[in-house]
Amino acid sequence: MTAVDWGERWSEVRKLLERPGPFTHPDFEPSPDTLKMLQENIKVLVIGAGGLGCELLKDLALMGFTDLHVIDMDTIDLSNLNRQFLFRKKDIGRPKADVAAEFINQRIQGCRVTPYYNKIQDFDDDFYRGFHLVVCGLDSIVARRWINGMLLSLLCYEDGMLDQSSVIPIIDGGTEGFKGNARVILPGLTSCIECTLDLFPPQVNFPLCTIAHTPRLPEHCIEYVRILLWPKENPFGEDVAIDGDDPQHINWIYEKAQKRGAEYGISGVTYRLTQGVVKRIIPAVASTNAVIAAACASEVFKLATSACTPMNNYCVFNDIDGIYTYTYEHEKKEECMACSQVPQNLEVRLTDKLKDIITMLTESFKFQMKSPGLQAMVDGRTKSLYLHSPASIEEKLRPNLKKTIEELGLADGMEIAVADVTSPTTILFKLKIIE
Amino acid sequence: MEKPGTPSSEQSDKAKKYDRQLRLWGDHGQASLECANICLINASATGTETLKSLVLPGVGAITIVDDAKVTPKDIGNNFFVDGESIGRPRGEVALHLLLELNPDVRGTFVDQAVDEILDNQPDFFSPFTCVIATCLPESTLLSLSKVLWDANIPLLVVRSYGMIGYIRVQIEEHTVIESHPDNEMPDLRLDRPFPALQKYMDSLDLETMDSKEHSHVPYVVILYKTLQQWNQRYGAPPKNYREKKDFIQLVKEGMREKESGEAEENFEEAMKAVNTSLMPTRIPSGVESILNEAASNTLTPSTRPFWIMAKALHEFVTSEGRGALPVRGTIPDMTADSEKYIKIQNLYREQAAQDADWVLRRVLELSQQLGPRKVMITESDVKAFCKNAHALRVLKGKSIAEEYKGSINLGDIGAHLENPESELVWYVMLRAVDQFHSEFRAYPGYFQDQVETDIVRLKVCVNRLLADWGCGPIIKDDFIHEMCRYGAAEVHSIAAYIGGCAAHEAIKIITAQYVPIHNTHIYNAITATSATFTL
Ligand SMILES: [Zn+2]
Repeated sequence: MTAVDWGERWSEVRKLLERPGPFTHPDFEPSPDTLKMLQENIKVLVIGAGGLGCELLKDLALMGFTDLHVIDMDTIDLSNLNRQFLFRKKDIGRPKADVAAEFINQRIQGCRVTPYYNKIQDFDDDFYRGFHLVVCGLDSIVARRWINGMLLSLLCYEDGMLDQSSVIPIIDGGTEGFKGNARVILPGLTSCIECTLDLFPPQVNFPLCTIAHTPRLPEHCIEYVRILLWPKENPFGEDVAIDGDDPQHINWIYEKAQKRGAEYGISGVTYRLTQGVVKRIIPAVASTNAVIAAACASEVFKLATSACTPMNNYCVFNDIDGIYTYTYEHEKKEECMACSQVPQNLEVRLTDKLKDIITMLTESFKFQMKSPGLQAMVDGRTKSLYLHSPASIEEKLRPNLKKTIEELGLADGMEIAVADVTSPTTILFKLKIIE
Repeated sequence: MEKPGTPSSEQSDKAKKYDRQLRLWGDHGQASLECANICLINASATGTETLKSLVLPGVGAITIVDDAKVTPKDIGNNFFVDGESIGRPRGEVALHLLLELNPDVRGTFVDQAVDEILDNQPDFFSPFTCVIATCLPESTLLSLSKVLWDANIPLLVVRSYGMIGYIRVQIEEHTVIESHPDNEMPDLRLDRPFPALQKYMDSLDLETMDSKEHSHVPYVVILYKTLQQWNQRYGAPPKNYREKKDFIQLVKEGMREKESGEAEENFEEAMKAVNTSLMPTRIPSGVESILNEAASNTLTPSTRPFWIMAKALHEFVTSEGRGALPVRGTIPDMTADSEKYIKIQNLYREQAAQDADWVLRRVLELSQQLGPRKVMITESDVKAFCKNAHALRVLKGKSIAEEYKGSINLGDIGAHLENPESELVWYVMLRAVDQFHSEFRAYPGYFQDQVETDIVRLKVCVNRLLADWGCGPIIKDDFIHEMCRYGAAEVHSIAAYIGGCAAHEAIKIITAQYVPIHNTHIYNAITATSATFTL
């Protein structure tokens, strides 16, 4: 690579960084050093190299950031190409993070994207502590909650006061069809992902009895085949789970669902719908991803440079009918499970069974856990109540599920530690016995 | 639509590649997109970002008009140039790197100034479905606007200026059949059941049903029966909140306790549905005015299909429909046994088909009277038109040339500008910097050493513009300072935001689905807010 004198290269960004203005952050001092700092000292982590991630890497690289890191555990699929613009047909099957990094590094000279073909859970707090800002372009709420928990766990408090230097901002984007949202989270200071959990209601499934006995929609027919017929008939052999990417699997479900539809006079079972239901496909277009990623990139730039005050703090976008945005301050939840520092109460009756507690933790809007494991602190010792793995322990503890709080020897004020995939750390609850 | 029985092996690579968007605008939307021919004037960052989100979903063809050469500044803010391309024609470089995104898209570039084209090739723009322009001085923009307005070619003006973004849609008339409204009210006709529905409903008797049947009656039946009871008592359907509350109580009285002791789900659904399902059947005011316009239109051989169908629809409403639109033919899902639900669903469907048939016959008669036409109206067009009749949209545009004449069309501009949250101030600033550019041949703050003098000069431009509109000098100096700070900088993240928005506006225009902005959108990245003004 030849060194070219591109004196004017960053002139647009430099106008924002080197000139004073009435809308800058109070900390802002116009200086040529800010660009240098952006290029030499600021380390940004992009989580996800999909629709938003590809855009984010491009946007950040062209805003002057050079030390970018990207994590993604997925490989490239043909259906990504309508929006994930760093990937080509020849790249199908390769890790998204690797291909995205190669493309950006090749196109934008001086930019160094470091890829990680990994899960976010593969890294520990030392890894995450190394970044100044974290930008999320994720489609998974569990992953969002996990990274939120991770960055909250890095906060340092001294005498109850938050050490500001331990705060790593999260800039989070999400899209679905023509709708999207972008938000800025300052862990410990502003509302976090868990504070706004009620914005992501848990997935609603069709009742099993509807699927089994009273189908009315084409979706009911598809779910019948997926949930009830597949395990019964095992069309591709014992223990062969449905692979949404295997056209033979989808086709089998499609044909059987059509047959069921015909029995009940239900029309509208198509191959596309079948695939959509089985894979729980969320529609996506290039434009919304471009918009939301750009909104996030602007916020990263603002937070890194103070050249403008950051968004406060949640913005929704929708361009179905005109272009609509709504930006508002989402308030921190005072008793937030993740960021409030307030001990959590777990309200139970003595007659509640352990499995009722687990159901509550998974089904209530407030907790929305996936597969919580519970341990109690009894007389200063840890007593496992229920754990999902390893299998031998699970089997041993399984009888506890049917025992009541009383039978388990639990009492008011005892501490219960709950571990779940939605958080990198265990959450401590205080048992509160109610009548 | 996908034909039933299409085996998976026939799902083409193209269908797989575009799967995530086909679920939104359908195969017919995709077909329109693939026929579209887009022209971009100036491959700046905002320009290429707009084209990017059109090339990826598979627009038919693009043409880039640009006489600039790639500069280091382009390398700093534009993804579709690279280090090796400094000094080469920017349109050519950008075209090459954009087409590389998607082999389905064709493209050309024209290394020529748009002023020259406007002077020498008056028909240059006629092949385009839509023209997207950026980075034009005011005089060129106005000439372009006039040419495209007269030729009836949609124009999208896109711009990013510091932290501010701007999109202007110029289109004479835009009609939308599939507007895809977000929250639709169901069309159940409980206040005016059609004969087949009435007959079926009357054949059911809730009293004599066994408990299983009773708990599986679709809620539409429950509401129908309760409404009959209500009307007998009060003479007219419930209107206000109080009456609806009483109505819900009446529904509740009909509920039986299940053997398990639980409440009947279908009755609970019925209680929840009272609010939306008992809305009187009426024509939305927007659709009403479309129908009135259609009625007063004199059809000619060049009348567009939308207006022929609208005329036929108007006739349906005033005769066969007895004041109502055709039945939509879709009902929400509700807890029910399969048989009754599907029976009722089919009643609505059959009525919808019957109504659409009436409209279709009338459309054919009208078109026959007009003689041979270029654009045929098909049965499926009419079906889609009737199904979406409640959500039809028509936008009547205004040319930019017209907008720039005299004052803007916003009522009390002063009140707008005094509202600290109004984004209108940024529109004024953008207009003012253009006037500044016409006068001084550079944007305010473009040169580092002139920022201070430019602040004074820009203030003059702003106040002159406001005076032309009959306003006092009410814009705060902060905005003028901020504009001069920007020095017309095209910052990438703002360009990417505007590019994404503008691309979808183009897709709305091309597919005639969803509703474009009407007509000016301002994005303010300082506060992450935006607003749309009809100017
Ligand atoms: Zn929180």
